[in-house]
Amino acid sequence: MHLGLTATTEHPQTRALLDQIVQQVGTVVLGKEQTIRLSLACLLAQGHLLIEDIPGVGKTTLAHTLAHALGLGFQRIQFTSDLLPADILGVSVYDRDAVAFKFHPGPIFAEVVLADEVNRATPKAQSALLEAMEEGQVTHEGETRRLPEAFFVIATQNPSHQIGTFPLPESQLDRFLMRVDLGYPGRSAERALLQGRDRRELIRHFEPILDVAHLMDLQHQTHEIHASEAWLDYLQALLVYSRNAPEFHTGLSPRAGLALLHSAQAWALMAGRAHLLPEDLQAILPAVTNHRLCWASNAPATASSASTHLLAQVAIP
Amino acid sequence: MSKTRLPSPEQMHWLCTAMALVIAPHLTRLPLWAGISFALLALWRLGVAHGRCTPPPRWLRVFLVLAILPAVYLSQGTLFGRSAGLTLLAALAGMKLLETHSPRDAYVVTLLGFFLVITHFLYQQNIAIGLYMLLVVVLITATLMSIHGHGLSLTPRRRLRYAGILVLQAFPIALLLFLLFPRLPGPLWGLPKDAYSAVTGLGGTMSPGSVSRLSLSDAVAFRVKFEGAAPPVSALYWRGPVLWNTDGRTWSGGAQGPTHRLANDRGNGGEISYTVTLEPHNQRWLYALDLPASTPRGSVLNEDFQLLKRKAIRQRLRYRVHSRLDQRPHNTSARSAARALALPQGAHPASRALAQRWRDESDNEAAYIQRVLAHFRQQPFYYTLRPPLLNGDTVDEFMFSSRRGFCEHYAAAFTVFMRAAGIPARIVTGYQGGEYNPLGQYLLVRQRDAHAWVELWQQDRGWVRIDPTAAVSPSRIELGMDAAIPQSLGPPLLGLADNATARELWRNFRQSWDALNNGWNQWVLGYGMERQRQLLARIHIDARKLSELALALAISITLSMAILALWLWRRRAPSDPVLRLYRRFCHKLKRRRIKCGPTEGPLDFCQRIVRQHPEFATEAMEISHLYIDLRYGTKRADIMRLRQAVKAFHP
Repeated sequence: MHLGLTATTEHPQTRALLDQIVQQVGTVVLGKEQTIRLSLACLLAQGHLLIEDIPGVGKTTLAHTLAHALGLGFQRIQFTSDLLPADILGVSVYDRDAVAFKFHPGPIFAEVVLADEVNRATPKAQSALLEAMEEGQVTHEGETRRLPEAFFVIATQNPSHQIGTFPLPESQLDRFLMRVDLGYPGRSAERALLQGRDRRELIRHFEPILDVAHLMDLQHQTHEIHASEAWLDYLQALLVYSRNAPEFHTGLSPRAGLALLHSAQAWALMAGRAHLLPEDLQAILPAVTNHRLCWASNAPATASSASTHLLAQVAIP
Repeated sequence: MSKTRLPSPEQMHWLCTAMALVIAPHLTRLPLWAGISFALLALWRLGVAHGRCTPPPRWLRVFLVLAILPAVYLSQGTLFGRSAGLTLLAALAGMKLLETHSPRDAYVVTLLGFFLVITHFLYQQNIAIGLYMLLVVVLITATLMSIHGHGLSLTPRRRLRYAGILVLQAFPIALLLFLLFPRLPGPLWGLPKDAYSAVTGLGGTMSPGSVSRLSLSDAVAFRVKFEGAAPPVSALYWRGPVLWNTDGRTWSGGAQGPTHRLANDRGNGGEISYTVTLEPHNQRWLYALDLPASTPRGSVLNEDFQLLKRKAIRQRLRYRVHSRLDQRPHNTSARSAARALALPQGAHPASRALAQRWRDESDNEAAYIQRVLAHFRQQPFYYTLRPPLLNGDTVDEFMFSSRRGFCEHYAAAFTVFMRAAGIPARIVTGYQGGEYNPLGQYLLVRQRDAHAWVELWQQDRGWVRIDPTAAVSPSRIELGMDAAIPQSLGPPLLGLADNATARELWRNFRQSWDALNNGWNQWVLGYGMERQRQLLARIHIDARKLSELALALAISITLSMAILALWLWRRRAPSDPVLRLYRRFCHKLKRRRIKCGPTEGPLDFCQRIVRQHPEFATEAMEISHLYIDLRYGTKRADIMRLRQAVKAFHP
């Protein structure tokens, strides 16, 4: 639905390529184009993704398919309450032949790590993962090991009101660039799902579209997207409003501002544009801010969510 | 249930404070029970808000409401009029506070507060109370914000600030309404009949002590603005009531003779023109320099050359009048002049005997008059503000024993001496002198400038003015009251009374203060029908025609609103020419009911136009494309193209 505005498209090949990825992932995860686009944008912006939803709506499938389509190595860690940091990072085992301890890398040493049900593990295990996410490296027994260049964590979590969860503290939520949800599929999507083949099997049948080098090139392009003064004015107006408005508990941090910029750049790249538009910001803002922005006690009863309220309150300068 | 939305303790604090400040200046005027009951009811309500007391039961509330009416009636003697109305309102305001259960009740209380504030003007109209009322209005406005849900998220200081800004924003409209709203004839504020019981000023009679009583009052009698140079202080005799009759102690009454018509002999020079602003004194007469040569509008001149209005003066009055200092009244017939010889039977025997003796010893009238004046001058007579009380024959006692007196004593004694010697004499009361205010360039005459002097009838010259006080205390006449009795001018601190610099400072301060008050009186309180007519005539509006006033009011308010709107719009108008062009494009579409939302981006808007109004698709796409490139993109496009495209766009 990009009606005749191809004139504004400056990277038609990139756009076609990214559209193709979205479309291919869409054949597995049915009827969730917007979520797929956001996830892809998150990845292009070199951020980590948090998917929050009830079990069984396709969180894992989405992560798996995305990794496959991008040609990335994929590892899955099922978080449980007895998971230890070593289960994530790796462990040194004494090698009798070499007469030395040999490091056996944990599942974190992959390009795409799916941290399934991250809020089921204890805070200790959670923080091991989150530290790795932040630093891009793992320090084990005094030795620092770099994680792959393209390192992308997709964490899923159950809604925190479910039994047996350790909710992630706000400071750790902030490490995730975006938080998206999937929700139930639509009627026709569900019918296709019920009639179609097994989803996992489908994944194995298609070829990756990208490779690591190509992906890193795209990530580099993302940073090149031009943010005009007018666009930055809009971003800052949103940030300032979130900080001053009494209806928000705490405003958006400078890190949130950078997250918005990078996500919007990825979104613009996906639209094949070399510059940012207010629409880019509006498209990604809910996913980027919903887990950072909290209502104060006197939230207006009419607003649906904090981020949509924020968007509705600030006019485009 | 309205009880679920009780005003919070904080809101009740605002409400109670605002109402208490509204009532506070009335406390001296209210009966004691009304003030106390208001305070108790407000405290009770505060206690309820904090959960320390239980709300009053229904029967008690009904009883209190029913008790208020008889209480007002018992303490005021009536249910109508200013004081009774105020008492009733204050008591009911307390009741309403007590039964404030919902935001709606709170709104009612604030509206009551706004109304009660105005009642202060029924009693006082000075600058201080005006400022106080303004502050209270700001506070009530802030209270209104506190009651409204969103106001609570602001700190009290910001609430007050916003309320102040709101009041300021209302000011231009208030000013326009003040200037242009049709004025009623008659006093606007002093409506009730009990409003004039305590005005000071000269009465229509004179007895020992009646003028010296005024000498302690700093209250303003009137202010005068001269057209041209002011005459010297010694010539400033402000003519008031003329007294003919005496019962030996009190002098009263003037000629009730026919109205005097002024001869039309203007133009031979020597005329002094000036405008007097007279404070209300609840009497009919006006004051003018001795001798008035014209009659201000709506007044007449009686036989005694006294200017009279038809009704007592109960609001500040401005009038322009001419005087001739060189002329004397000589319109009295010989027969009426004989009335000015009457003395009560048996009164003042010693004085009359002395007068007879002196008259026999003198060659002519002039010598006799000089003899009497010389007596005042040479014998130990004192001019004093606090003359001893005279109980017996006032004139004899004054002449032969006390010898201390104020102008009324001298005037009365001198008149008795003249009449006893067969010279027709009468007393004129009024004011003498005044204080020139260099700031406002006007002459200020206070109550303590009240004076009494004597007029003698001489066949060829008419009524000649003789001031016996001048014989005793020449400085009183030449330099004014302040010079004669310097203590009256001292600053309130006793230690500074002798300090010349402090006196000078005090004098300057008082002059500035009075100049300010004069401006307030002239332009705020004195802005009545006449002033409005004069002012509006300058801009060619006839204030007598209601339609013209209404039109001027409507036009000026619309104009001021338009200016405000333009200003706001200018502030919103972007400085970026690209954005300005795009806004013009949006504005053109708005006329076709295609509205660009404030949060709608250019791409979304363009897509919507293409979807919903394909007829504009090409142009909208071109303009949007140029706009996006110029504002958000590479800026490679030419702004002239955008300008042309927007200009050529005619949806």
